[in-house]
Amino acid sequence: MRKARAWWLFIFLLCLFQQLSAQVTIKGTVKDHKGNPVPGASVAIKDSYDGGTTDSSGKFSFKTFEKGDKTLQITSIGFKMFEQAIKIESGAVTVDAILKQEISELTAVVLSAGTFEASDRKRATAVLDPIDIVTTASANGDVTGALKTLPGAQQVGESEGLFVRGGTAAETKIFIDGTLVNNFFNSSVPNIASYGRFSPFLFKGTMFSTGGYSALYGQALSSALILESIDLPDRTSANLGLSIIGVNGGYQGLAKNKNSSYGVSYSYTNLAPAFELFKQKQEYIQNPEYHAGDANFRIKTSKTGMLKYYAYFSSGRLDFTTPGIDSLGYKDRFGLTNFNMYHNLSWKESLGKKWKLYAGMGYTLNKDNIHSGMQDDKKNDVVLTGLEFKKFSLDLDANYFNAKMVFEKKFKGLTALRFGSEYNYSNENSVFTLFNGQQFPERLKEGINSLFAEGDIYITNNLAAKTGFRVEHSSTVDKTNIAPRVSLAYKFTRQVQVSFAYGIFYQDPERKYLPSPNLLTFMKATHYIAQFMKITTQRSFRTEIFYKKYNNLLKTGNVNGREGVAINNNGYGEAKGIEFFWRDKKTIKNVDYWISYSYLDTRRDFLNFPYATTPNFAAKNTASLVIKKFVTAWKMQFNGAYNYASSRPYYNIIPDGNSGYKFTDIGLVPDYHNFSFAINYLPTIGKKDAKNFAVYVLSISNVFNLKQVYGYQFSYNGSRKEEITPTSRMFVYIGAFFSFGIDRSQESIDRLF
Amino acid sequence: MKKTIFILMAAIFAVSASAQSDGVTASTSNGAVSEKYVKAMEALVPAVDTTHSIEGLTALAGSFERIANAEKNQWLPYYYAALCYINKANMLYAMQQPDQIDPLMDKAEPLLAKAEELQKENSEVYCLKKMFNTGKMMADPMSRFMTYGPAASEALETAKKLDPENPRVYLLEGQDKFYTPEAYGGSKEEAKTLFAEAMKKFESFKPASSIHPSWGLSQLKYMMSQAQ
Repeated sequence: MRKARAWWLFIFLLCLFQQLSAQVTIKGTVKDHKGNPVPGASVAIKDSYDGGTTDSSGKFSFKTFEKGDKTLQITSIGFKMFEQAIKIESGAVTVDAILKQEISELTAVVLSAGTFEASDRKRATAVLDPIDIVTTASANGDVTGALKTLPGAQQVGESEGLFVRGGTAAETKIFIDGTLVNNFFNSSVPNIASYGRFSPFLFKGTMFSTGGYSALYGQALSSALILESIDLPDRTSANLGLSIIGVNGGYQGLAKNKNSSYGVSYSYTNLAPAFELFKQKQEYIQNPEYHAGDANFRIKTSKTGMLKYYAYFSSGRLDFTTPGIDSLGYKDRFGLTNFNMYHNLSWKESLGKKWKLYAGMGYTLNKDNIHSGMQDDKKNDVVLTGLEFKKFSLDLDANYFNAKMVFEKKFKGLTALRFGSEYNYSNENSVFTLFNGQQFPERLKEGINSLFAEGDIYITNNLAAKTGFRVEHSSTVDKTNIAPRVSLAYKFTRQVQVSFAYGIFYQDPERKYLPSPNLLTFMKATHYIAQFMKITTQRSFRTEIFYKKYNNLLKTGNVNGREGVAINNNGYGEAKGIEFFWRDKKTIKNVDYWISYSYLDTRRDFLNFPYATTPNFAAKNTASLVIKKFVTAWKMQFNGAYNYASSRPYYNIIPDGNSGYKFTDIGLVPDYHNFSFAINYLPTIGKKDAKNFAVYVLSISNVFNLKQVYGYQFSYNGSRKEEITPTSRMFVYIGAFFSFGIDRSQESIDRLF
Repeated sequence: MKKTIFILMAAIFAVSASAQSDGVTASTSNGAVSEKYVKAMEALVPAVDTTHSIEGLTALAGSFERIANAEKNQWLPYYYAALCYINKANMLYAMQQPDQIDPLMDKAEPLLAKAEELQKENSEVYCLKKMFNTGKMMADPMSRFMTYGPAASEALETAKKLDPENPRVYLLEGQDKFYTPEAYGGSKEEAKTLFAEAMKKFESFKPASSIHPSWGLSQLKYMMSQAQ
């Protein structure tokens, strides 16, 4: 009996053991939050080899020897990991899982209203590739050139800068690595657009906002251009460039451990040879000539930290005459010498626990010496009675300091909180000297302190909001403002999304109209933007409608005999319009093209306008077509661009004798057409072991030699007007650029680090 | 009798407990290899050469990843999991779905990094790095060739330096030559020479163990038929 009991117990235990060791089936179905099956999901028992993969109907089934309390893990690309505790005993275990979408940059909706991006990031806003900035035919290698082919920007050729959605160029601010850049362009010259100072190759990312931009940026009524400089170069190299306008050379050294780099470069520009070939409207006493040098270092301060420094120095001069507009037989003379120095230091670092710090500061020193006057036909400087005011000089010595600090805390998914502060300081000293030697020294100091906070809230993969505000205090107006910003985006399908943006933007009165005898306030713009976008890998379509309201724009008048002095903030205006953008890399094989079109309806009463009207920098219809084709066999890239702007208004404003102003002549300039063409020849491309890289460039602007008129310039008495046109109709640029990879000297470079 | 039962019970529990622990930590922390690990890997490794479907590669990658997650000191499961994801990306690219590449590369990247962390200066890992960079480049060649192109060829150079006898180095090099247009330095003739070189290396190649990388021969045979 006892024996029998023991026997049964033994059998029982054996069964238990067999149960323990027998394979158990784990099965179930995996679905997403919409109830659709998730195929290809990986199912695993944690810390074991056992698991399976779901089939096309989301079902899985596998056998395991595992026993007891285990954790079942299910993973699939685009979803959060699913975990469930299971008890594996004798019977089959069934687990039906619903996976939650993972909010990731690759799949999430993008807050894109108002924003264009040129970057490698695969985001909906990235309509341009970084290389587009340099390969757009009409861009002429200028950072802002390619952006002018996007909707929202005007085809203004008589002065530099970006005129966005009815705003002046001064309403667009430019930032490098987060901090404001003063003097982004070379100093202004009457009726000639100056070039940007910085090479487009300095930047890896370009973000161009035509409105509704983030609370991290301020003091720009219309637009923000946010540039991100490159990190470490891929290799040590030297480069050399020769072109019709000058020579340049540089060196970039990358440390062997690839944790730091440094570089220097120098360029000399002289437009004399080009002006010899392409007759200029201006007669040059001193051809435009520039020496520019830069230096940089970049150091990886840790696995996540990066310290970057960039310094730029330039000195330039030019001096020319144009046929006098106020007096026949005489010439107007304009001379400019400039010295500019710019330093930018930035640091980014992870602080742990999903905290990040971005800090940056910039310093600019800019000196302009401007001489204006008249010459007779024998090129002698003269002063004419009644036109004495045309002889003057202006010496400007300006210092700018900008600093910014941003903290970022990431939460689940892409949700993030950012906050920080910004400080912008400027100190401009100028001396205005009249024909008789009388001097008017002036000093303008401005300090703007800003605080900002913003949150990116990803409610689901398809719905996101960004909301923030900015508080600014300006010493110029001695006032504080609070600017709220909100944007919202919703994704309908993988390719289609809509987004909206609203925001208030403040800007200090422009310094060139200061000081004012009266107390001024901030100028203000309110943006409303709605966008629809459809993006596939090879094609993008986006359209935006916008409404922008301007309040407190600056009005200027005559103060103590000086014209153009700010007197109050009674100006106002509005701009509304619709814009389209279409880029297609697919329809025509090996051809990449984009088309943009903008319709703009804007009126404003500002500066010395007698009443609200469309300003002379705003065309109703603007369009661009950009085409690129790479012919592999020839190693050549062909780039073409056509830019169109419908007629812009022109007018002459003179004092009405009653301390006000009046329009004397109003009209429309002809439509603007520009065809540009460029060929880039890259003979070394693809040569795998080649350490050297060469690019030859031939670019022609205004290929068909069309007459282009930007506007009219009026004589002092208003009786004569003259067309403002480009300095020459056609221009041809020829250049060769070489980069030499350096390996042999690698060791000597490493010793330096 | 009681004694007998106790001994039996103790024995049973000892066996079952050891069976369980075997599943949890098949290898010790110093990287020693358990029989279970080798067996599981041996069942999967040959499939790397013979799996040519998206579903098959997904399942295979999952299997390697599970082993990788249980055997955190072994580089091979990480290596093979990354390889499967990269192979899948290449297959989707061939099926005209270049936008599928990036998400898969995002999966492969940390696995590859893990493999490298555990197995530094290994020719096979550098071959995989080469494949990773080439894949990233193919997703958007125009804007990525400047960064991922040189990174890929650098990785391949290192792979060759670390083991000049590795046949996969010559297979990958030959594939590059074969698919690159002539204007960019491609050459069908040079590709043929490299494939022949790869074949010679395969003939003499002995993997370090039954589960070390030995894949590529069937791919090479296919490439050689294409190059004819």
